[in-house]
Amino acid sequence: MKKFGVRSVIAVPYLWLLVFFLVPFLIVFKISFSEMQYAIPPYTDLVTWADEVLTINLNLGTYAYLINDDLYIRAYMSSVRIAFFATVCALLIGYPIAYAIARADTATRNALLMLVMLPSWTSFLIRIYAWVGILKNNGLINNGLMGIGIIDEPIAMLNTEFAVYLGIVYAYLPFMVLPIYTNLVKLDNSLLEASADLGCAPWKTFLTVTLPLSKAGIVAGCMLVFIPSVGEFVIPEMLGGAETLMIGKVLWQEFFNNRDWPVASAVAIVMLLLLLVPITFFHRYKARELES
Amino acid sequence: MQTGKLSNWSKWFLSLGFFFLYAPIIILVIFSFNKSELVTVWAGFSFKWYGELFRDPQMLGAAWISLKIAVLAASAAVVLGTMASMVMVRMGAFKGKTAFTSMITAPLVMPEVITGLSLLLLFVAMGQTLGWPGQRGMLTIWIAHVTFCTAFVAVVISSRLQELDESIEEAAQDLGAPPWKVFFLVTLPIIAPALVSGWLLAFTLSLDDLVIASFVSGPGATTLPMQVFSSARLGISPQINALATIIIGLASLAVLIAWWFARREGMRSVTISEN
Repeated sequence: MKKFGVRSVIAVPYLWLLVFFLVPFLIVFKISFSEMQYAIPPYTDLVTWADEVLTINLNLGTYAYLINDDLYIRAYMSSVRIAFFATVCALLIGYPIAYAIARADTATRNALLMLVMLPSWTSFLIRIYAWVGILKNNGLINNGLMGIGIIDEPIAMLNTEFAVYLGIVYAYLPFMVLPIYTNLVKLDNSLLEASADLGCAPWKTFLTVTLPLSKAGIVAGCMLVFIPSVGEFVIPEMLGGAETLMIGKVLWQEFFNNRDWPVASAVAIVMLLLLLVPITFFHRYKARELES
Repeated sequence: MQTGKLSNWSKWFLSLGFFFLYAPIIILVIFSFNKSELVTVWAGFSFKWYGELFRDPQMLGAAWISLKIAVLAASAAVVLGTMASMVMVRMGAFKGKTAFTSMITAPLVMPEVITGLSLLLLFVAMGQTLGWPGQRGMLTIWIAHVTFCTAFVAVVISSRLQELDESIEEAAQDLGAPPWKVFFLVTLPIIAPALVSGWLLAFTLSLDDLVIASFVSGPGATTLPMQVFSSARLGISPQINALATIIIGLASLAVLIAWWFARREGMRSVTISEN
């Protein structure tokens, strides 16, 4: 009886995640090897059985197509580049914020932490949309600057790569601050005192003691920003221009506009392979935290 | 870490950081009360756009669908997430545990386009072979939301379970309570605040999702973010500002409730440790 109870507690969430999280990836993998056709569903079967002949159609053409058409390679490269530099910016802004919150007294700390997390509880879409009104040619910044007379004609900010960077940093900043804060707040104060007592300058204590000890938080924060940013769709769609290529947007267009499911699947598989290393990094950090 | 008075540097960083985080939101809220159609020129105070929002049947219908999905998805995610946390924190090692934890951590960072596409292809394949689900719509969106919300809920609840003193549960067990009774009478009441925060988190995540819902939805099930996205694509409109203000108000309320629960919890543990 007890064994049965324990087993079912494990089995229910396990089966749910297996069926609705893991199996779907195998299906994406399978469909990336099929061919597009105008039917329902819009892809060919890999295995067919007709007249006692078993045919296996493994179409590698989709992957060859991804390599030969430089649109995809450029989109992957620019996604990784944009996500990387946006992550660096978020770290440079987020670390001092996390540090300042961790140094505050307990009551202030909780209030500040809540204020950092609050925006991420309101709609992501709406926070990105807010920037459209601020950045566009007749938007708040341009109107303001032209009103004072600093500029004569609007600076193009919306539909540029700059806007995409801004959007990613803005939307993902709380996810950078939170893990770094969690890490810094646990830091043993006596280590910092020891370093100061031994005559170490504050900046040197920071570089040689605080920073290395907060490495786990930095890695987790960077992964939480970098990985979703690579596949981001809403931000490049709403803030980026035609020349800002990002792979999440390409996948969306292949699926919804071109209705080419095999190409969309292959794009997803390659993106997943690119992200395998960062996802493993993140998993290692999180698993230690979850199971300890 | 040493705590105390914030240095001037810290104050500067915090002020700048909070300005960056809040300025766009505040501007959005201010312009929702603007009389003018132009979202960036102030022309006087008005509730006009709120009235227009509440007379828009498409927006209202979409909001209703989204709310239903969010309540149902958050509830199911709390049940599954609690089970998953018990498995990770309390059950020790078992075969396949690594796979289990990866399936909890991976959805936290998985790009939404990949999750959305993969779930859609699953539903299509299931429809072909099993005949279920016959049509995509609210049910498929619900399944998708439960799946990714479970991961977030599990993280919230496991961190609470880890702080929990296991000796209380052991005491109940030693006194002869069967495991299910220990869970419902001892563990569950203690982790209840984490269940509330987990539910609220799942609720807002579900209410907010555009990408995954767009993939797995079918005709007749347009969620609020899908509706907002299609009208925001046409250009910015004050009506969306009005909707945004309502959502921001509700989300702030939810966060305040969650924060209040967490604070009460924190105060209780402080009093316990002081005794």
